[in-house]
Amino acid sequence: MTTVISLADVCRIFPTEPPVHALSDVTLEVPPKDYLAIVGPSGSGKSTLLNTLGLLDRPTGGSYRLDGVETTDLSDGERTALRGSRIGFVFQSFHLLATRTVEENVMLAELYRKHDRRRRRKRALDALDRVGMGHRVGFTPDRLSGGERQRVAIARAIGGDPALLLCDEPTGNLDSDNTASVLDLFDELREQGLTIVVITHDDVVSGRADRVVRINDGRLT
Amino acid sequence: MRRGPGKPRLDVRDLCGEALAGVLARPVRSALTTLGTVLGIATLVVTIGVAATAGNQIVGRFDALIATSVTVEVPEQTWGERVSVGWDAPEELARLRGVVSSAAMATSRKTANLTVSANAIVDPTRVTDQTLEVVSATVGLPEAARGAIVDGRFYDEGHITRRDRVVVLGDQAAKLLGIATTANAPAVFIGDRAYTVIGILGRIGREPGLATAVIVPPSVGRADFDLKEVSRVLINTSLGAAGLIAEQAPQALSPNNPTGLQVTSPPSPTRARDGVQSDVNTLFLILGLVSLVVGGVGIANVTLVTVMERIGEIGLRRALGAARRHIAAQFLLESTMIGLIGGVIGASLGIVAVVGISAANEWTPVLDTRLALAAPVAGALVGLLAGLYPSIRAARMEPVEALRSGT
Ligand SMILES: Nc1ncnc2c1ncn2[C@@H]1O[C@H](COP(=O)(O)OP(=O)(O)OP(=O)(O)O)[C@@H](O)[C@H]1O
Ligand SMILES: [Mg+2]
Repeated sequence: MTTVISLADVCRIFPTEPPVHALSDVTLEVPPKDYLAIVGPSGSGKSTLLNTLGLLDRPTGGSYRLDGVETTDLSDGERTALRGSRIGFVFQSFHLLATRTVEENVMLAELYRKHDRRRRRKRALDALDRVGMGHRVGFTPDRLSGGERQRVAIARAIGGDPALLLCDEPTGNLDSDNTASVLDLFDELREQGLTIVVITHDDVVSGRADRVVRINDGRLT
Repeated sequence: MRRGPGKPRLDVRDLCGEALAGVLARPVRSALTTLGTVLGIATLVVTIGVAATAGNQIVGRFDALIATSVTVEVPEQTWGERVSVGWDAPEELARLRGVVSSAAMATSRKTANLTVSANAIVDPTRVTDQTLEVVSATVGLPEAARGAIVDGRFYDEGHITRRDRVVVLGDQAAKLLGIATTANAPAVFIGDRAYTVIGILGRIGREPGLATAVIVPPSVGRADFDLKEVSRVLINTSLGAAGLIAEQAPQALSPNNPTGLQVTSPPSPTRARDGVQSDVNTLFLILGLVSLVVGGVGIANVTLVTVMERIGEIGLRRALGAARRHIAAQFLLESTMIGLIGGVIGASLGIVAVVGISAANEWTPVLDTRLALAAPVAGALVGLLAGLYPSIRAARMEPVEALRSGT
């Protein structure tokens, strides 16, 4: 099978004064079903790397192949389409819509991709069952605990049936119990065939991963 | 595993659902945002609706004929000061500005029902005796009665001075008498005298009684029918002059005793009221348009605030695969919906107001269905225009920035 992520000499320079070299010559391979943790001090470029992997940001140099497709010369619209169809995101701050129910939040995952609308609700409920949130479908996010919110966010991320799950500090706002339940969930998802990349400060999180890479000043070490 | 990305697509129903959810997420704010549009559309609908309704009433009542007709009646002499109007009344009136035409007539109770028969030679088998009224009138009668000579001619000053026994028949009278044409100079008999019919007067606009009358020159009237005194003067004025002429005519006709005359003039100065109304209409139209613009600016403002509040949501949607156009479409549709809701509410309020105003004035409300349909569309258009800038702002946002700054 093709490597899911293949970075070669990727650079990201922010054109500020002076320019910030957030990523310098990053080379990284992530095979399918890998569970990779990226650790590093604050300001080292972890989020920039994840945004690049998630096609939210464009590298200023180097090559990034996702599922074998060279992404650096794709148009904005093509990158959006690829992102929508291949990648699920889990953010530290959840990014749930406060005025919509748990179920509606998960259903957003398919809004911009699949078009079998009839079974969308069913698939959303399945995703919520997978993260153990099947009993809270009608709630709004403000009535959930932090761990529950993050599990809903993970349900939304996997609801779009991605090949790659990118998580930026997914447990940053959670206590140890909630962190443990999210990590158990990642283990399960990986067994189901997902490729997972997690950014973290937390040794507990990086300890559960297959591989850990360190980033310092934009360079992998 | 390699799969082309394909174009990100968004089902129209999903787009509408998301936009509706966005509008309903902050119901109070959305309701307040519609207010400007509601006011603007309601004002426009009321102004246009009331103008159409009132215009219809004025058209119904407004009649150029009535508005320019003045009739002066000379009361029959019973007691007190003698009032009389000379047969030269048309000449006197011609001096007044605004008089278009006039004629003096004489009628009397004695001449109201005279037996008139047509020349037996015309059609011997017919019973041609008819009971008709004989009136005498000055030469300007056809014009003054807003009629037209449909056959032959009307008599002139020559006939009057020569005291020719000529008559002109009203068109109904001619029909009753079986006279279709004056080409072979038919005669009618009144009493034992014969009169030559020289013309037929038809299409009479005022004084409908003339249609069944036998009209004779004043000289003949005086000599044969005892019609000595002018009993009525018909005056036609130019538009707008009727009120003034109604005041001046008695003085001109009877300088010694002007108050002894009865003047009938059009009920009210309609035109003046129209003028005032159209000024008010323009004012309200401008007011409606201004509130609509203010409403649009309000929608633009609130949508912009909404976009800024929802930066995180925009970032999330981009991360989920939404293209820039999907983001733009959603916010544009939200502001259009707000405008549409404002338009629907405004149009409904406006229609209710038009019906209420009509009921209070006992008018029949005139509601143009095109107006009722166009008003919500106008509201939606205001919302669409107002949403353009905010939605472009939303679409331009970079997903990374949006995710970073939003929560
Ligand atoms: N838009 C930007 N313009 C200029 N500099 C930026 C921009 N975004 C990030 N940087 C800089 O790039 C560097 C890496 O930032 P990044 O957000 O990737 O750090 P991080 O490793 O995620 O840190 P943290 O652990 O605190 O989240 C930082 O020095 C940051 O100041
Ligand atoms: Mg970070």
